Amino acid sequence: MSVAVVQQRLADWTAPLVVFLLGIVLWQALVAVFNVQEFLLPKPSVIAQTFWDERSSLWHAGIYTFKEALGGFALGSGLGILSALIFAAFRPLGTASMPFAVAANAIPIIAFAPIMNNWFGLLNPFSKMAIAAVLCYFPVLINTRRGLTAVDPRAIELMRSYAAGRAEIFRRVRIPASLPHLFAGLKIASVLSMIGAIVGEYFGGPTTALGVTILNASAYTNFPVAWAGIVLASAFGILFYGAVAAAERLATPWDPSRRESHTD
Amino acid sequence: MNDGLAVALRDVSKQFKAGVTALTGIDLEVQAREFISLIGPSGCGKSTLLRIIGDLIEPSAGSVEVNGKPAHRARLDHDYGIVFQEAVLYDWRTVGKNIALPLELLRWNREKRTARVKELLDLVELEAFADHHPWQLSGGMQQRVAIARALSFDPALLLMDEPFGALDEMTRERLNLELLRIWDASGSTIVFVTHSIPEAVFLSTRVVVMSPRPGRIAGIVEVDLPQPRTAHTREEPRFFELVTDVRERLAAGGVDLEGAA
Repeated sequence: MSVAVVQQRLADWTAPLVVFLLGIVLWQALVAVFNVQEFLLPKPSVIAQTFWDERSSLWHAGIYTFKEALGGFALGSGLGILSALIFAAFRPLGTASMPFAVAANAIPIIAFAPIMNNWFGLLNPFSKMAIAAVLCYFPVLINTRRGLTAVDPRAIELMRSYAAGRAEIFRRVRIPASLPHLFAGLKIASVLSMIGAIVGEYFGGPTTALGVTILNASAYTNFPVAWAGIVLASAFGILFYGAVAAAERLATPWDPSRRESHTD
Repeated sequence: MNDGLAVALRDVSKQFKAGVTALTGIDLEVQAREFISLIGPSGCGKSTLLRIIGDLIEPSAGSVEVNGKPAHRARLDHDYGIVFQEAVLYDWRTVGKNIALPLELLRWNREKRTARVKELLDLVELEAFADHHPWQLSGGMQQRVAIARALSFDPALLLMDEPFGALDEMTRERLNLELLRIWDASGSTIVFVTHSIPEAVFLSTRVVVMSPRPGRIAGIVEVDLPQPRTAHTREEPRFFELVTDVRERLAAGGVDLEGAA
């Protein structure tokens, strides 16, 4: 990466950072000026202070819930990729199965959460993983399947001209060509997995979980703790997204959206 | 290389499912070492015919032989290489690895592959670009990579579907000369689809003129320009006579060259 590129990256990040800081300042100022009650909306400074005071318990809760999210992400994305491979390899099966995948995606996840808790047990982290997995499955399936099937027909013709069979075409063309789509699905799933885990915890879970912490803090009108928990949950979601995006850059340095130089 | 017929088409026709007749009654023999152009307007089935020779599309009727065997057998035996209008390079592979792909499928070992890729990069004058990615190259350079890839396993027959159609005129003329040099060096037979009359005349030993709806052969022009062809070939009176001849046959085959409705 050249100096110019690094400078460009920094410049890209400057504007969002300025907007973020302005937003925080504005929030702080408005709450102070209009004297908003703390249970309605605490000041950012109060949330930050609470975050610091409760850092140990919040951090442990965050890690606990993140592990559930990670497990659900691995399970849901893994099954999504597997289904996409099967649906792309056996097109009629894919056509026959897609309506059911769409229907599964239409299930309100809120309605699903108590059932998973009932099946696997309130305190069993797998009940939350299952909910996160259901949320992750669909975007990964849809994107990967699209990546595997929407390949330039001439790229396939070319492989056939080399007498390559279906398995070779899959391995050398369809799978590499699908990677940008796969990562698009994984990035969506990374954020959804954290949401899924917390939704599951809202219907019951150990007090060491972040969702339960937020729920209990709200119930006892300890809103600064609830807000600190929400901030932490978002931070985990963003970091997870960032990690998947970094993996994407490593896996697909050739993707058109990241091309650096052209010679002509 | 091999003597005899590189391609033999007998009474080949093609109907698509929608009831469209793309080709009818195609009889054509291509001798080994020939450079044959298929020329005609859009919809005359010239690209379909090229794909039928390559066993990428099945004909509805008729027989297709390549190097004396059925087209299907010839494809499985890697008897031909193909180049399309777009280079169709695989973005996730470097230039060198794109050229090596057919060799990987043929289970050549790494050492042999590396040596062959180097030879081919020399041939298309892209020695310095082995580790570049396709998108870092200009359109003309990408097309040279596609040609090198098609030649990698030294096929007896090269099928080319308007390979220079998307390039600017200067690049096209330069690559025309380069292709003739490669044709001479590799000893292969070339079947070349184009819609440019001067390009067909300049490159070919014979020009097959096709007419549309349904696609059929309207005539064949023997190109008796001396070999090797040079940049000056395009200025010879005989070149213009042949261009006129092809144009008239296109017109006789029902192709509207006047722009009238």
